[in-house]
Amino acid sequence: MTQIITYPVRQSSAGNNTPRHKGHPSPKENYGAEVEQLIAIRDLKKSFGKNLVLKGINLALNKGLIVAIMGPNGSGKTTLLKSILGLVKPDSGEICVKDFQVNGDCEYRRHIGYMPQNSCFPENLKVKEVISMLKDVRGNHTEYDEELVHKLNIEEIYNKQIGTLSGGTKQRVSSAVAFLFNQEIIILDEPTAGLDPVSAEAVKQKIIDEKNKGKLIIITSHVVSEVEELADRVIFLLEGKVHVDNTVHELISKTGELSLNKAIAKIMIDYGN
Amino acid sequence: MATRKIFKYVIFDILRSKLVIGYTILLFVISFGIIYTGKDVSKAVVSLLNIVILIIPLISIIFGTIHFYNSREFMEMMLAMPVKRRDIFWAEYLGLSSALSLGFIIGVGVPLLLYGASSTSLYLIAAGVLLSFIFTALSFLSSVINKDKAKGIGASLIIWFFLSIIFDALVLAVYFLFNDYPLEKVTIVLAALNPIDLARIMILLKLDISALMGYTGATLQNFFGSAFGTIFSIGFLFVWVIVPTLLSLRIFNRKNF
Repeated sequence: MTQIITYPVRQSSAGNNTPRHKGHPSPKENYGAEVEQLIAIRDLKKSFGKNLVLKGINLALNKGLIVAIMGPNGSGKTTLLKSILGLVKPDSGEICVKDFQVNGDCEYRRHIGYMPQNSCFPENLKVKEVISMLKDVRGNHTEYDEELVHKLNIEEIYNKQIGTLSGGTKQRVSSAVAFLFNQEIIILDEPTAGLDPVSAEAVKQKIIDEKNKGKLIIITSHVVSEVEELADRVIFLLEGKVHVDNTVHELISKTGELSLNKAIAKIMIDYGN
Repeated sequence: MATRKIFKYVIFDILRSKLVIGYTILLFVISFGIIYTGKDVSKAVVSLLNIVILIIPLISIIFGTIHFYNSREFMEMMLAMPVKRRDIFWAEYLGLSSALSLGFIIGVGVPLLLYGASSTSLYLIAAGVLLSFIFTALSFLSSVINKDKAKGIGASLIIWFFLSIIFDALVLAVYFLFNDYPLEKVTIVLAALNPIDLARIMILLKLDISALMGYTGATLQNFFGSAFGTIFSIGFLFVWVIVPTLLSLRIFNRKNF
């Protein structure tokens, strides 16, 4: 067994604009000078075989923001999220989450809540067993944020087996679970896809509430109206690079369009030329 | 610690799956039929042996592969939690192989022991459990190597087909081609290369029916005597559990999900 055991690198989180590493471009930090940086990514590269998926990503993400990662299919959105979670091992570059460097140690994930694109819990477990399993595994938690569990009526299906639930219902369970542990960073891969309008509204409201509590929420979405409604900052990936990184407002005014939808269409057409 | 917590839920999940329940019932019906239609324990053990070395590897490797691919999203979600990769791997591996072993022990072990526990039937149970662990490990190996589900299942089927059918044909071919040379040592090496052969040898040495042992078994008995042969086969069965398991763990640790 060759498990590389490494320990979290303690770094000074002074929380202002001092670049932490020499030799790398200092990431954009103009989203409030006094806010704490939660995720820093430097020159992240990843390829699958010959297919270069991420070609050097630099990002700094602060607390109290909703960040939307957008981009066409195959632009590297999910790979980027999975790199932050340690599910995908990058070829080069570094990722820091809070004061931890992401490099094999699992402790930093205590601060991240994640909702995957396709939720899949073990088929033959009941909903309440899944929830108690997650509580068990997370361990030493005393306070749970069960607001979404109530709002999405998860209690009604507590005794049903996961295998008997519909796709949307599973998605409801997994979005409730993503907020359950009150983490500072919450990553949602297509949070409202497959949800009914009422549940989608509840999830969106929850996202806004948590942001106002000072959390960092990262979402990916293809639904432009949703991004326009929620996001403070849009990161548009194209072919493995950050093509646009701006607030929704500036993005619209800079492109001279009226809506985010048109602004994005313009970006893609401009890129094509 | 984390392994044990996850293990509990993994085994809950698998024991409730229809496939494992069906597997247990199937084995139970077959064993009951064989034991109660025959009169002699050792004959029953021989007939059961042939079923054990055919069905257990097949079900373990196929069910293991399907289970691994079906749990991929679940593993992804678990990996996003503060849990080490190896904890998740061990929970999944031990959960699956223990569930399959339990199914086998209930299906074959209980009827055998009801009929009368002999040391031979204990050996048969041990062989079945070891084969469950080995072929679950091989199924994990083929699943961590292949990203694609269809390829993974294909690879698993090929492994099973090779070890249960093609391998014996190759051994026979070797003997046929080289029968002018002393082949004892070669035989032993060849036997160690196939867990199914090892399991067969282990039980047949115990039964003392050299006529039924096939070429490898007969040579082994002549060469070593029963006691050493038994230790040899059990030892190598354990090697067959450990090597594929550690190899898949190694790949699992480096895998991109």
